Amino acid sequence: MKYAFYTGCAAKGACPELYQSAVKVAKLLGIELDEMTSAACCGAGVVREGDADLSLAINARTFAQAEAKGLPVLTICGTCQGVLANANKTLKEDPAARDRVNAMLAPDGIAYRGTVDVKHFLWVLIQDVGLSKLRQAVKRSLAGLRVAPFYGCYILRPSKDLGLDDPNNPTSLEELITALGGERIDYSGRIKCCGFPLVLENEPMALAMGGNATAEAKGEGADCMVTPCPLCHMSLDIYQERAGRQRGERLDMPVFHLPQLVGLALGLSEQDLGLSRHMVPVTKAMGKIASPTS
Amino acid sequence: MRATVQVQKFNPETDAAPRLREYQLDVAWRGNTVLDALFQIKHELDGSLTFRASCRSAICGSCPMVINGRERLACQTLVADEIDRCGRIEVRPLRQMRVIKDLAVELDPFWGKVRAITPYLTPKPNRDAVALPQDVEGGFHNVDACIMCGACVSACSSLEVSPGFLGPAALAKAYRFVADPREGRTRDRLESLGGEHGIWDCVRCNFCVEVCPKDVKPMEAIIRLRREALREGLTDHPGARHITTFMAIVRREGRLNEARMPVAMVWPNLRRMLAIVPLGIRMFLKGKVPAWFHRPIPGIREIRRLFDARETSK
Ligand code: SF4
Ligand code: SF4
Ligand code: FES
Repeated sequence: MKYAFYTGCAAKGACPELYQSAVKVAKLLGIELDEMTSAACCGAGVVREGDADLSLAINARTFAQAEAKGLPVLTICGTCQGVLANANKTLKEDPAARDRVNAMLAPDGIAYRGTVDVKHFLWVLIQDVGLSKLRQAVKRSLAGLRVAPFYGCYILRPSKDLGLDDPNNPTSLEELITALGGERIDYSGRIKCCGFPLVLENEPMALAMGGNATAEAKGEGADCMVTPCPLCHMSLDIYQERAGRQRGERLDMPVFHLPQLVGLALGLSEQDLGLSRHMVPVTKAMGKIASPTS
Repeated sequence: MRATVQVQKFNPETDAAPRLREYQLDVAWRGNTVLDALFQIKHELDGSLTFRASCRSAICGSCPMVINGRERLACQTLVADEIDRCGRIEVRPLRQMRVIKDLAVELDPFWGKVRAITPYLTPKPNRDAVALPQDVEGGFHNVDACIMCGACVSACSSLEVSPGFLGPAALAKAYRFVADPREGRTRDRLESLGGEHGIWDCVRCNFCVEVCPKDVKPMEAIIRLRREALREGLTDHPGARHITTFMAIVRREGRLNEARMPVAMVWPNLRRMLAIVPLGIRMFLKGKVPAWFHRPIPGIREIRRLFDARETSK
């Protein structure tokens, strides 16, 4: 299991704990990561708003790097996954677009043939590692921990660009939580939007979205949330206090990055997983799980 | 085939709250739709059940409802598929709209927003080109396929928290006129669409794209409206600045810099600067503020060349 590792900007910026925990968990599970250090930002859907072909070209450059290595791309960011999958689909299925983009890249001797697949870490865990292997690797069951899954838009919609989950009734995070021994919380907010794309331009709207989901998870008795997208994490964690203030309540809801939750179950320490870097302390959740057994 | 169908019933004049009522049906044929099932309930089990429908063939847009959790046209959704998927069928009215009775919702606010975008052409004064040039058909990107069913509006994340938002259906319609080469008020339109509750309030959640029964992709239309607004030079809006700032940072460093992005967004508005400072300090203490200057990614010259080539080709 070897992948071209596309970290995304957030894991190298405001969420270093995501990068750190993903690398450690991958190692424990025998997932080999060849980091794409010269890959550019996927554009997060924002560059595409300014210039569609430019955004395709930047991503074709990234795919060409993976193609040269003969490796599939692994992402750890739901937004990167959605944006890359969308660009890749266009480049694979629309030869005219691919030709246009390759012409833009030609002066630097770059061309993308359209042979690369892009997979989120969540999908790699389920499809390539497999839940049974994951179950066997658990050193510290999450039994007793009530986990609310929060998917984020880009890993679910539009479903024809993506593929693993039913966008209206996804199950992959739930299966993962169960495999780790945790208890999954069912709530309607799990497939909704965290609000992050609006946080700098219309903060009240963004806070209302993130706050609604968090408050609903809390109402259903969640001890914590887990998300495969660092932008959702920023919205739910960094902006949680403000969201709570806007609603007039204290939400106090720890939010884990996907690899952090897996890492906890695999017996990694709080330090390994960078849990102290969260804005909302994870103590409440940590109190619910036993210490690792070897 | 036996089917369990649960329908949300509610008469605001007599009921305190909506409730789900369950019906057991013998569905005669695998090809029966959820709309067929509702008619069967109405004819055989509950004459009071209220819903809208007309064409029964996914053309008129009368029958959208929330079927097993997602907005669908009842006449386009097979009973058998839903039973296979969920074991039963749950039908509720569209969200974010007032229920008149059972599955029928108030559509006046929906049409009000469609009217607000001036849903007709205001031709250019010189009227040589009366017919729509053939080559722009593709230029509408399928927004003219909209049947005004309102499914996207029911699913919209931004509307859920900001009821004034123009919403996906009206904005997709607006794009149809902005994209029309015969339209004479393109800039005016973009200016007003960029105002309060307009194009910059979409959170890009893709719900509208996912639920639309006609593949209109309203969010893509909104993205194109934003692009057109930038092209018209309408850049003095936080939403527009978000795009230009983001692109400038990626051009320079190859990836986003989350320390500079928010500052560049609010600069030079002192009040907004002060509003982000406390959060920035708390993030800094948690090690969540990246370095102010990143070393650009290896190969940054390739990225800059791509950006610059686009600039000069404009
Ligand atoms: S993408 Fe925008 S318009 Fe479409 S549902 Fe989401 S917020 Fe609404
Ligand atoms: S865009 Fe699609 S979902 Fe929205 S009103 Fe038109 S047809 Fe219905
Ligand atoms: S009845 Fe006309 S669209 Fe369903």
